[in-house]
Amino acid sequence: MSEYLIKNGHVFDPVQGIKGDKKDIAIKDGKIVDKVGSGAKVIDAKDKTVMAGAVEIHAHIAGPKVNLGRIYRPEDKLFSCTPTKGMERMGGGASIPTTFKTGYEYAKMGYTTAMEAAMPPLFSRHVHEEIRDTPIIDEGAFPVFGNNWFVLEYLKNHEIENTAAYIAWMLRVTKGYAVKVVNPGGTEAWGWGLNCLSINDPVPYFDITPAEIVKGLIEANEYLGLPHSMHIHPNNLGNPGCYETTLDTLRLAEGFKAKNKFGREQVLHLTHTQFHSYGGTTWGDFESKAKEVTDYVNKNKNITIDTGNVTLDETTTMTADGPFEHHLTGLNHLKWANVDVELETAAGVVPYIYSPNISVCAIQWAIGLEIPLMMKDPMRCYITTDHPNAGPFTRYPRVIKWLMSRKARETQINAFKHKDKVLSQTAIGTLDRELSLYELAQMTRAGPAKSLGLSAVCGGLAPGMDADVAVYNFNPDKPVADPEDIEKAFSRCAAVFKSGVQVVSNGDIISNGHKRTLWVNVKTKENPQVARDIAEKFVKYYSMTQNNYEALGHHFVPNPFALEVDATN
Amino acid sequence: METVTITMKNAPALYLEADTISPDAFAGKNAAQIAELPAFEGNVPTTLGKYFEISGTAGATAADTKIVVKGDVKKVKYLGFKMSAGELVIEGSTDLYVGAWMTGGKILAKGDVAAFAGLAMKGGELTIEGNAGNYLGAAYRGDWRGMSGGKILVRGNAGSDIGMYMTGGEIVVNGNVDVHAMTHAEGGKLLVKGNAKSKLGGQMVKGEVIIFGSIDTMMPGFKPVGEVALEVEGTRAMFSHFIGDMGERHPKRKGETVYANLYKKI
Repeated sequence: MSEYLIKNGHVFDPVQGIKGDKKDIAIKDGKIVDKVGSGAKVIDAKDKTVMAGAVEIHAHIAGPKVNLGRIYRPEDKLFSCTPTKGMERMGGGASIPTTFKTGYEYAKMGYTTAMEAAMPPLFSRHVHEEIRDTPIIDEGAFPVFGNNWFVLEYLKNHEIENTAAYIAWMLRVTKGYAVKVVNPGGTEAWGWGLNCLSINDPVPYFDITPAEIVKGLIEANEYLGLPHSMHIHPNNLGNPGCYETTLDTLRLAEGFKAKNKFGREQVLHLTHTQFHSYGGTTWGDFESKAKEVTDYVNKNKNITIDTGNVTLDETTTMTADGPFEHHLTGLNHLKWANVDVELETAAGVVPYIYSPNISVCAIQWAIGLEIPLMMKDPMRCYITTDHPNAGPFTRYPRVIKWLMSRKARETQINAFKHKDKVLSQTAIGTLDRELSLYELAQMTRAGPAKSLGLSAVCGGLAPGMDADVAVYNFNPDKPVADPEDIEKAFSRCAAVFKSGVQVVSNGDIISNGHKRTLWVNVKTKENPQVARDIAEKFVKYYSMTQNNYEALGHHFVPNPFALEVDATN
Repeated sequence: METVTITMKNAPALYLEADTISPDAFAGKNAAQIAELPAFEGNVPTTLGKYFEISGTAGATAADTKIVVKGDVKKVKYLGFKMSAGELVIEGSTDLYVGAWMTGGKILAKGDVAAFAGLAMKGGELTIEGNAGNYLGAAYRGDWRGMSGGKILVRGNAGSDIGMYMTGGEIVVNGNVDVHAMTHAEGGKLLVKGNAKSKLGGQMVKGEVIIFGSIDTMMPGFKPVGEVALEVEGTRAMFSHFIGDMGERHPKRKGETVYANLYKKI
C-alpha cells in the first residue's frame, strides 16, 4: 500500500491531546505511523485543519424502513439527483439518499465510520445488502432488542444470563454491533393498539415494565462486556413534558459500572436527546428542558448522549417507535407507513417539514443546540441529526456552523417568525459558548469512537490507529470573517483518507476505498435452554425457518471487521 | 417585449427533455447563446441548437421575453418548466410537463398537451386550446402539494387525476374530464363545463368543484345539502349542492367544520 505524508496541517486530536499544533501525519499500510520514507506522497495541508475521520454514532442509513421511505417518497428525489461523475455513480434523494450517495456524502464531509441505529433482526440480510452497497465508510448496525419477545420473557423473570446468551446469538447471526432499545415495551404494546409512555407502564400480555427491560439490558450488556453500551431511544419521545420520562430512564443506570476491555466508560447511551428534552404540557406552553437533562448527564459519568439536531429542513421521519409515527401523522396529516416485524419490532415512516415559521420547530432547533452547548464534557456528547428524523446528515456542516458561531445562531434566531417565543421558551439566546475545533473533534471523533468501544481503531491520529484522516480548508489561525465559511469548509474536504486510501480529493470522490462491516463476535458458554427457546420460537411463530435467518457469508458481509469478545467466564 | 422563435428542424430520435425552454433560461441571451442551452435526449446530454433553429434575441429579463415554439414538438418535454414571467406560445402539440412548477407568466399551447401540465403550479396562466392529459395541475408523484395558485384553462377535454392534491388556484375545462378529478384536494376550484366521470372529489378536504354536465357515479362520501342558485362565468342556473368527502378528516374554522363543496348543474 502507498505511503502518504500530510504535511504542515493544524492537527486537532483529542486522543493525543493535540490542539491545533502544526504537525505532519504519516500513513503507511492503512495505519497512522510515526514516519514514512522519502518516497511517500506528500499532501500539503498548510493553513488547513487536520482531524481523524469523523464517526457517526446514530443514523438511519440502511435497511427496510429507510428503503420504505425511498419507495414511498419519490418526491424526495425530485431535483436532488446527481449524474455519474468520474468515480461516482449516479445518486439521488435529499433526506433518504440512495446507498451510493450516502457513502459519498459522508466521505466528502470527512466521515469514515457510521452506525445504522436500528436493524430489525428479521431483516438483517436486507440491512447488510444496503451496507455492502454504501461505498467507502465502515458501517455497523444495531439490532433492536427493546420489544423482542425473547428479551421480554427472559427479563420478566430477570434471567440476565439467558438474555445475554440470546444477545450474543443475535449479534452473531445478524452481524450486529450493539444493543439498541427503542421505546422499550411501547412498540410491542403498539401491536395491541397501546403504548408505554412512562417507564412503569406495563407491556400488555408480557406483564413487564420498560424500567425492567432497560435495567435488564444494561446488566446483560455489561455481563457480556460488549464494545458499546445499551443504546436507548426512551419512552414518550417527542411529547411536551417528556423530559421527566427521560430523567426516569437515565436514573435506571445509577449504580451500574461499565465492564469491558474496549475503554468504554458509559453503561447507557441516550440518543437524539433533543427529542427527549421537552417541557410544558401542550404545544402551546412547549419549552426546553435541555438544562435539566444536561445537568443530570453532566453529573453522571456513566452516561453518554447524542444531540439529534433539528436542521429546519423538509425530511422523512422513521423509527422503530411505531406508535410515535402514528401520533405524528395525526399531527401533520402527511402520508404514513407502518410495518410490523414479527416477534421483534415495528417501524413507522412519516414525512415532516421543520418550518422556521412554526414556533415548535424553532424551539426544537434551539434545544438541539442548547444540549451540546450545555454539556461540560464534549467527550460524552456527540453531534447527530438522528438522520433523517431531525434533518439529513448532509446538514452536519450547518450544525457545526451554529455550534461554532454565536453570530450564526443569532442570524437564525432573527430569521424565525416567532423569535420571541424561541427566546422565552429556551435559553439559546443566553448561551455565549462557541465550540472550539478541539471540542468539535471530541464531539465528532474521539468521543463517539470511545463510546462505541472503537477508541483503539478510529477517532484519533495516534500511531497504530486506522489511517482515517480528514483535511479541511479551514485555517484556525485566521479569525472567521463570515460564519458561512465554516459551513463551506466542513461541507467538502480538501482530502480524506479511509484506512490509508485517499478517497476524496478537493471535494471529489477518487476511490471507493475498502469498506468494512463492523460487527461484534461474542463467545459465550453453551446455553441449551436459549438454543431450545430459539428453535421452538422458529417452529411455533416465525414465518421463516432458522436456517434462513442468518446474514451469512460473502454476499451479505463481504469485508467483515469483527470485534472479538470472550464472555465464556 | 422581445420575441425568440424556435423552430424544430431536426426532430429527436428519443424524447427531448428541454427544461431550458423558458423565458427565465432564455433571458439576456442571444440566439447563439440560447442554442448552447443544455437538454437531455434520452440520457445523453445535448443542446437546444442541435434540434431547433433559433431566431431573435431574448429580453433582459424573463418578463421581457416571449418564446414562440414552432414545428413538431410532440416529443419535447418540460416546455415552460419553472417559468416565473414572460410568455411562451407553443404552436403545435407537445409532451409531458408543460408549465410544470411555473410561478408566473403566460403559456399558450395551441394544440394538445400530454400529462403533468401545470404540475404543482404556483402562479401564472396556462391556456391549452386542445386537450390536456392526465394529472393536469396535480402534485408530483408521491407529493402532497399540487397546484397552489394561478389559472389553467383547457378548451378541449382533460384526462384523469386532474387537480390531485390541489390547494389553490383554478382549473377550467370546457370539455369533459376523466376519473379521479380533485382527489385529495385541500383548496382551489375546478369548473367542468362538460361531463365528469366517477371518483370525483374522492378524499377531498376543502375546495370547490362545479360540474355543468353529468357525473358518471357520485362518490358516496358526498352528502346532498340542497339546491342553490349560482352565477358561474356568466351562466346563471340552479345547482345541486353536495358537501364531502365525509370519509376524510376536515378542519374547523370558527367552530364550524369546513367541507369541500360540489355543485352540479340541474
